[in-house]
Amino acid sequence: MSSLMREMGARALRLGIPLSVQLDLTYRCNERCVHCYLDHDDHGEMTTAEILDLLGQMAEAGVFFLTLSGGEIFMRQDFFEILEHARKLMFCVKLKSNAVMVRAAGAERLRDLAIDSVQVSIYSHRAEVHDGITKLPGSLKRSLEGARLLVGKGVKVIFANVLMRQNLADYQGVRALASEMGAEFRIDPTITPMMDGDRSILSLGIDQSALREVFRNEDLVGNVEEFCAPPKGPMTAEDALDTVPCSAGHTACYVSPYGDVYPCVQFPLPSGSVRRTRFVDIWRHSPELNEVRSISLGDLQGCSQCVHQDGCTRCPGLAYMEGNMRGPSIQDCEKSFARTGVPSVNLQSKKSSTPGLVQIRLIPTAARVTSPAYS
Amino acid sequence: MSSYVARSRQVAARMVGGEMMIMSGRDSSLFSLNETASAIWQAADGVTPLEQIVEQRICAEFDVEPAAALHDAEELVSDLASHGILVVSDSPIAEPGTPPKEQT
Repeated sequence: MSSLMREMGARALRLGIPLSVQLDLTYRCNERCVHCYLDHDDHGEMTTAEILDLLGQMAEAGVFFLTLSGGEIFMRQDFFEILEHARKLMFCVKLKSNAVMVRAAGAERLRDLAIDSVQVSIYSHRAEVHDGITKLPGSLKRSLEGARLLVGKGVKVIFANVLMRQNLADYQGVRALASEMGAEFRIDPTITPMMDGDRSILSLGIDQSALREVFRNEDLVGNVEEFCAPPKGPMTAEDALDTVPCSAGHTACYVSPYGDVYPCVQFPLPSGSVRRTRFVDIWRHSPELNEVRSISLGDLQGCSQCVHQDGCTRCPGLAYMEGNMRGPSIQDCEKSFARTGVPSVNLQSKKSSTPGLVQIRLIPTAARVTSPAYS
Repeated sequence: MSSYVARSRQVAARMVGGEMMIMSGRDSSLFSLNETASAIWQAADGVTPLEQIVEQRICAEFDVEPAAALHDAEELVSDLASHGILVVSDSPIAEPGTPPKEQT
């Protein structure tokens, strides 16, 4: 991460600014991915007017990074009206889509609106595997056509490759496809439990030995020795008390298509509704968000004494879905173990074999421009 | 001849703790503008000449000679334009990007 980006994040944390928001516009989708954690029925999505008003509220609250996701965003007829308003308000907009519905005219509009990027889910370079996961025949072909149109128009495209047992052998193929097309590539072995708490889809995740292999692929992680270095913790109790576990609820939050606010898309702790309360008031005064903010590393059961504190990517949302937001996220303990070979404190006391969480990506460079400071 | 400056529509921008953060749509580079640069960027509506912006937003607010301020502003504008953050023209520019407000 660039120093300027870190500085902005630190300032937002200090001032309590919601720098990043993911807004899901719909849970409706044209695919039925086997690992999806959403219910795709429409239970009363926000109207166009409600969303445009919400965008204004979020801009006033200081939101800079806005991720529009779903469901499939292009299922909303008013998608471009929403996007145009978001860009008029000068959000840095990132989109998540399967790109199946992207056509040349749409790709051009996205380019003209100067969005940051479109993340497209590609599970395999082989149609039988990708389509088998999405349950939409022809979806790989159509997603790649859409992605190609976007890249051709100069829009930054990122292939997101969720690793599962079904497509474990294919990530190199997807990576090669991304490279050939001029797209970025991200790999993510995290399977998220269903929003209703059903954890059955976690069985789709890859096992420890596969995860260990992924973490030792220098094409993916760079310097393997550094990435898989033994942990150096635990930190002092004083430092642990000052360390924030994650940006969820601190500088980031999530809003569902129904206007419900949560600390993160992976942290389904209901914290208010923008249909009843202004966004900024939920952000500042929600007891749930304030409780999330009150938790430091020093409060976490097991983690406060764990050697993995520095390199751990513990997700408080996954911990919450495991039953305790102050408890462990065993998926992340598993990941730390696969990476370093050293079991975490919580793993030693709680055996599990679920997969971990990682996102590997390139961070753009940053620069600073100033003019003379007059007194 | 007067020059006109307009905020680019190809950027993302937000005031974060009193500092204007701008992300270029060209390459996702992040920029931070100080107080005087922010004042010029926010006033860059495409129709107000740069000299007038400097007079109203810089000289009126800061202790600086008008000629020196204009010279500095021209350099700044040229720098921002080279990064695609501002558009500069000899004639008025239609439809600049909307400046973000300070958060409430």
